[in-house]
Amino acid sequence: MTAASAPPMIRVAGVDKFFGPLHVLKNVQLEVPKGQVVVVLGPSGSGKSTLCRTINRLEPIDSGVIEVDGQPLPAEGKELARLRADVGMVFQSFNLFAHKTIVENVMLAPTKVRKTPAAEARKTAMELLERVGIANQAEKYPAQLSGGQQQRAAIARALAMKPKVMLFDEPTSALDPEMVQEVLDVMTGLAKDGMTMLVVTHEMGFARKAADRVIFMSDGEVVEDSTPEEFFSAPKSNRAKDFLGKILTH
Amino acid sequence: MSVLTNNLPLFLDLFWKTLQLFAVSAVLSLVLGTILAALRVSPVPVFRGIGTGYVTVLRNTPLTLVFVFFVFAYPLLDILKIENYTAAVVALSLYTAAFVCEVVRSGINTVPVGQAEASRALGLTFVQMLGNVVLPQALRSVVPPMTSTMIALLKNTTVASGFAVAQAGNIRDSLSEQGENVLFGLLWVALGFVILVMPLTYVQQVFEKRWSVAR
Repeated sequence: MTAASAPPMIRVAGVDKFFGPLHVLKNVQLEVPKGQVVVVLGPSGSGKSTLCRTINRLEPIDSGVIEVDGQPLPAEGKELARLRADVGMVFQSFNLFAHKTIVENVMLAPTKVRKTPAAEARKTAMELLERVGIANQAEKYPAQLSGGQQQRAAIARALAMKPKVMLFDEPTSALDPEMVQEVLDVMTGLAKDGMTMLVVTHEMGFARKAADRVIFMSDGEVVEDSTPEEFFSAPKSNRAKDFLGKILTH
Repeated sequence: MSVLTNNLPLFLDLFWKTLQLFAVSAVLSLVLGTILAALRVSPVPVFRGIGTGYVTVLRNTPLTLVFVFFVFAYPLLDILKIENYTAAVVALSLYTAAFVCEVVRSGINTVPVGQAEASRALGLTFVQMLGNVVLPQALRSVVPPMTSTMIALLKNTTVASGFAVAQAGNIRDSLSEQGENVLFGLLWVALGFVILVMPLTYVQQVFEKRWSVAR
């Protein structure tokens, strides 16, 4: 199979989703090829977080197709759990397991889902915590860490499953400003290492620096799909111009 | 005092039986109640329906009626013969499980939904998520109401008196047969129950303390 005919890591085609009468995703099309970093931008309520959450079926869709690595999302059950194990996710609110230490957080899924022996899982966990720069916090509980440290632990937890693709749902939106950079640095490192990533964010700097492509969403639609240079210097749509005008002037 | 000292073997024997009836029913109802709570929060609608149906029926039926069913009505079905003692255990366990279920479920609801989402996103199955992430965190808030449910169970064991299952609730019968002072006899029985409940309250305090630290 040549690179061109390989299936994209994520394929979203004709996806619609409603929350009651609210049409939150409107005929969304999106492809993320292997190794690309795609950043999703857009105003609040534009459906970008919902889109991110549909990709591992935390939100079910009403119509359309979502495929991960060429495989359509199965219905809730064992098969979906297997697929989710290959898709890492990082949440806005970290969602670290409050009753487990940081290293236990990272070890849990490998030991339970992959049946990795505990000693090996711990070794891998410590390496990952080293990589995100919080190995010295391994034995603490999540509540004892700063937000930035918690989010880096959450990234390590997702990486412990050796995912094929990582989803980031506004990973820095709940952080104090001085902690945003340490999380973005970890993400930039991942991007450089060739991880396939879909990142919902408001961090324009990250989009410019680390993204291969920028998706702009508004009112549940994908309005633009272009390179960061194109998007930031010459946005095509009025909605994107309006959005950039609001965030870049101050 | 003489009521107690003259009949000490009787008191000890019947309170020991109360304790046994309680212990067996407590274990069974805790296990069944937790399974029912898992059904009630399951993603499968049929399972949720079963859990809800169970709680609706058992929680809304008087305990005496559940006893009557297993002692008198169930034998007519001619499935499997059971002793009155077994019938009492079954009645107490099934009845209490409905309350345990609701206590556990309220505990589950105190755990932020993000914890379950993170588990699912990592590929944990529903059962793994409940067992490793949600229930351990739910336990903390469950301790006080669960203690109340267990105290109620301990006291409910006396309902078995009406169905020829000997335990502390029968002490009065034996005393009046022997012409002892029933008023004082009953006061001693009441004191016996207070003493039995105290360890439960102690266990509650221990768990509350232990689990408040790791938060």
